[in-house]
Amino acid sequence: MSQITSPPRKARQAPVPAAGPDDGARARRVSRLKRRLTPYGFLTPTGILLVILMVTPIIMVITYSLLDGVITNKNPAFIGFENYAEVLTDPVFFKAVRNTLVFTLTSVVVHFGIGLGFALMLNSPLLGDRIKGLFRVIYILPWLFTVAIVAVLWRLLLSPNGVINYLLGATGLTEGQTEWLANPSTALAAVTFINIWSGYPFFMISLLAGLQGIPRELYEAARVDGAGAWAQFRHVTLPQLRPIIISMALLDFIWTTQQFALIWMTTGGGPIDATEVLSTFTYKLAFTRYDFSVASASAVLVLLMSMVLAFFYVRHQKSRD
Amino acid sequence: MSKGANVGRFIAVSGAAALALTGCSGTADTGGATDGGTGDGGEVTLEFSQWWEPELPEGAFRELMDQFEEENPGIKVELLSGPYASTKEQVVAGAAAGTMSDVVGLDGAWVSDFAQQGAIADLTALMEEVGYDDSGLASQVQVDDATYMIPVVNFVYPMFTNDALLAEAGVDAPPTTRDEFADAAAAVTGDGAYGWVLPLSLEAPNGIQNDVMSWVWASGGSMLDGGQPALVDNPEVSSAMEFIQGLWDDGVVAPGAFTMKEQDKVEEFTNGRVGMMIDSLAHVNLIREQNPDLDFSISAIPAEEGYEGERGIPYASWGIGVAENSENKEEAFKLVEFLMSEEVNSELSSIANAFPGNVDSVPDFVEEDELFGTAFEIYQSGFPANEFTGLPVAEQLMRDFGEEFQRALDGQQSMEEALAAAQATWEEEF
Repeated sequence: MSQITSPPRKARQAPVPAAGPDDGARARRVSRLKRRLTPYGFLTPTGILLVILMVTPIIMVITYSLLDGVITNKNPAFIGFENYAEVLTDPVFFKAVRNTLVFTLTSVVVHFGIGLGFALMLNSPLLGDRIKGLFRVIYILPWLFTVAIVAVLWRLLLSPNGVINYLLGATGLTEGQTEWLANPSTALAAVTFINIWSGYPFFMISLLAGLQGIPRELYEAARVDGAGAWAQFRHVTLPQLRPIIISMALLDFIWTTQQFALIWMTTGGGPIDATEVLSTFTYKLAFTRYDFSVASASAVLVLLMSMVLAFFYVRHQKSRD
Repeated sequence: MSKGANVGRFIAVSGAAALALTGCSGTADTGGATDGGTGDGGEVTLEFSQWWEPELPEGAFRELMDQFEEENPGIKVELLSGPYASTKEQVVAGAAAGTMSDVVGLDGAWVSDFAQQGAIADLTALMEEVGYDDSGLASQVQVDDATYMIPVVNFVYPMFTNDALLAEAGVDAPPTTRDEFADAAAAVTGDGAYGWVLPLSLEAPNGIQNDVMSWVWASGGSMLDGGQPALVDNPEVSSAMEFIQGLWDDGVVAPGAFTMKEQDKVEEFTNGRVGMMIDSLAHVNLIREQNPDLDFSISAIPAEEGYEGERGIPYASWGIGVAENSENKEEAFKLVEFLMSEEVNSELSSIANAFPGNVDSVPDFVEEDELFGTAFEIYQSGFPANEFTGLPVAEQLMRDFGEEFQRALDGQQSMEEALAAAQATWEEEF
């Protein structure tokens, strides 16, 4: 039988001061200070980057929003909140807010619906692994395209001479060349549809991961209690997915409110102002009117709205922790 | 580059980035442009930012620059090339930060804003300083009587007709008047084909300039009066807009107009789906490459019945300017002078399929290609017309007009109301 032996423990000894008592105290203070500062040292590179890439530009934009004709004017004057008043009295701004809300809310709700449906299907024991693998690849495809590709692709598909009109015409659902993106009454719905198509895989993947993490015992227990499929979904699946759903919905809401490239490249905010959203409104102020001050005011308003959402997101994350 | 310039550049880039971060996720490529500097041995390096090099055959523009360097020892040219849109953003950021390249490629639509900003140099003064004779220049873009941009080459926008489609519809010759145009468009429309294609995208609103206002200029009209907007009580503008409204109401305009861009228009024409379009001559080769069997020709834009005067023909330019903050303005102007010289301008216009900015230059293709020969005749018999050139926030003016024009076509307001609304918006911008 083998025996593990260990050397006898040495009695704990107090450190022998190398010099006088003052030096010892100083060394302890230095050591304590080092310990206290070490985490900050690790955080410093991130902090510097945050200051350069986030804090400085935001402060600059806020400053710009309080000046008159900044960038184009060599000596801009401080004009207080006049630029904010200009933005807030512009009827197009409110149209943009309304369009942004319709675009965002619809996108988030449908992203969730489609994402959950596909995630449930990919998690279902009724399908074989190969089929699931195949559909996983197909369903995630829209997420792999860059926004520019998505915009060009759907401009072609939804063109009056495009494939969608051909298919709808062939099946008798519509007549002729519908102007999906060029008609003021269908344009917002069309860009929202494109955004839904390109964004649902984000929800799907997150919810699928959530579904795969739900313990089987919960379903077994529910079945023992007599729960059917719907009751299991309502009382086990949804409550278990709730934290993911809330996080995803808040993140998606924040990202979708800032969607710019897709709308700019498909409709440019038109026809007329049918798809004008806050991002296109701000971009036009800055890069076609060269009114960087008013654009900054608009950008700050967008920032404030995003911060309200970010506040709820952070609060939700904290409550989870 | 000086420390001050670095700081300025950082501020401009940060500002643009911040706007993108907080307002929208569009990005602005604002890097790259710096002042030209004097290198070792007294050599001057000029920075030249433009979008021309990528649009020319590979290496062709660099060859011209090499020729310039040979002829002007001690001056080097560094080309900063990018697509049109990113060049524009780069120039805007450079103008804001005072770090514009010594020589800049300009679009007429940008000139007023940069001139007001003091970002580009007064070329009238510069020409006087170096003793340049400007009589050979076909045109100059001025703000407050001073030249800020010289058009190097011009891309004109005549009317393209799909002659096979017109012949099938019983139209023997391209229309020369508005009535003939309306009749031809109506005859062509049917069986999936349309008479005319009208791009009115608000993302790239140059359709207002090239496809809408061109009808006004072709009949000798003007949208300005003494340099100020004159859209209301202007019979030439009203009649042109009502003419377009008539075409729209007759259903002869290809669908999708409200979000259609220039490239979509060319595609519709190339695929033989429309009978007529107003387009840049620069697209002739593209159309021929993509559909070699397409039977098309070029004519002047139809004018109002009874109009006998010279016809304005819309154009877009590759313009050139010099940065106000350039330390090497004299050398920069040598490059301008080189590009505007008879021989080089002929060569550049030949490779760009454009018309020269020098009155004595003749591009090769005019003699070699019948189609371009006809276009050159149209160009010479009329006058280049583009009233948006040199106006403040020109692109925004087009967009403002485009929105009101779309409302009128959509039936939300009358054309008269649209013109009054556009006039009010333009007055604010002016």
